[in-house]
Amino acid sequence: MHSGLLDIWVYLSASPLLGLAATLAAYLAAWHVYQRAGANPLLNPVAVAVGLLIIFLLVTGMPYSSYFAGAQFVHFLLGPATVALAVPLYRQLSRLRTLWLPVCVAVLAGVCSAALSAAVIARQLGATPVTALSLAPKSVTAPVAMGISERIGGLPSLTAVLVVMTGILGAVLGGKVFDLLRIRDDGVRGIAMGTASHGIGTARAFQISAEMGAFSGLAMALTALASSLVLPWLVRFVARFL
Amino acid sequence: MDFLTGMTILVIYQLIGEATVLLLRLPVPGPVIGMALLFLTLVIRRGAPASLDTAAGSLLGHLSLLFVPAGVGVMVHFHRIGAEWMPIGVALVLSTLITLAVTALVMRLMMRLSARGQAE
Repeated sequence: MHSGLLDIWVYLSASPLLGLAATLAAYLAAWHVYQRAGANPLLNPVAVAVGLLIIFLLVTGMPYSSYFAGAQFVHFLLGPATVALAVPLYRQLSRLRTLWLPVCVAVLAGVCSAALSAAVIARQLGATPVTALSLAPKSVTAPVAMGISERIGGLPSLTAVLVVMTGILGAVLGGKVFDLLRIRDDGVRGIAMGTASHGIGTARAFQISAEMGAFSGLAMALTALASSLVLPWLVRFVARFL
Repeated sequence: MDFLTGMTILVIYQLIGEATVLLLRLPVPGPVIGMALLFLTLVIRRGAPASLDTAAGSLLGHLSLLFVPAGVGVMVHFHRIGAEWMPIGVALVLSTLITLAVTALVMRLMMRLSARGQAE
């Protein structure tokens, strides 16, 4: 009996199905907790789901690579989801027509301050240069950030993790920062959220209002665009301070 | 059926985006180009078909799910993050606060300036 169960486990843990099922189940559980808690940003569904999955992998001894063999099907959807941001963006076309200049200037200011502050603060506090470089693209959406990290000499897989942490932080802290600065316009809030914390911030923004979500999605796309162009150059410029 | 049609449109635009990036050797990722092209298409067509609405709505409704697999990757870096948790943690929190504040304040300033410019 016992060896029969073990055989089943050996078979399942080698198949991508387990990683996929675990990801979906963990996210659903995290989503229910989040809803039960009245959408409290501290119980961010990504953070809770990641925590549950890490416990699951540590307890079962499953390596991350076998887990990712299944989870990659979810990860892959980041691409089509990025393309899909065109739809809410189109809905905001009339507001966008009057705001394109403030949006572009604000995103550019955000991109530079995100990369510089992260790399310089980490380096000043004693992080290794590789860690500091991996931190530079942390506000950019995961697949793009990994590409930038590779180009500037960081570790792409470490960057992916830092990107997710940044997203969670932005989703948790954003509301407080905006209240403190008395920023009430959902367009402005969305632009700041998307620039600082990409898709996870955008997911949070969509829960607040459709307008905030659309502007956050726009900022996330512009941040990806601007960062891929500006960051390699910016990092070379500040390299001597790192 | 709607969902399938919408997903097909999204994947095809992503494919066109990736191909454009490879052909023109752009430093920008394929999905971002795909998004820009789809946006242009919607502006020219003056609207999104219902199928695209359905697919985009389902994907964006649970956007956070898509970040979970990358997040679990923190396991691979427990050692480095454990050794450098202080600089990484402080840099992440401070930099996120700075970015949120700088972006929001610059945007508000620029909106006020352009509103004043239009009034004159």
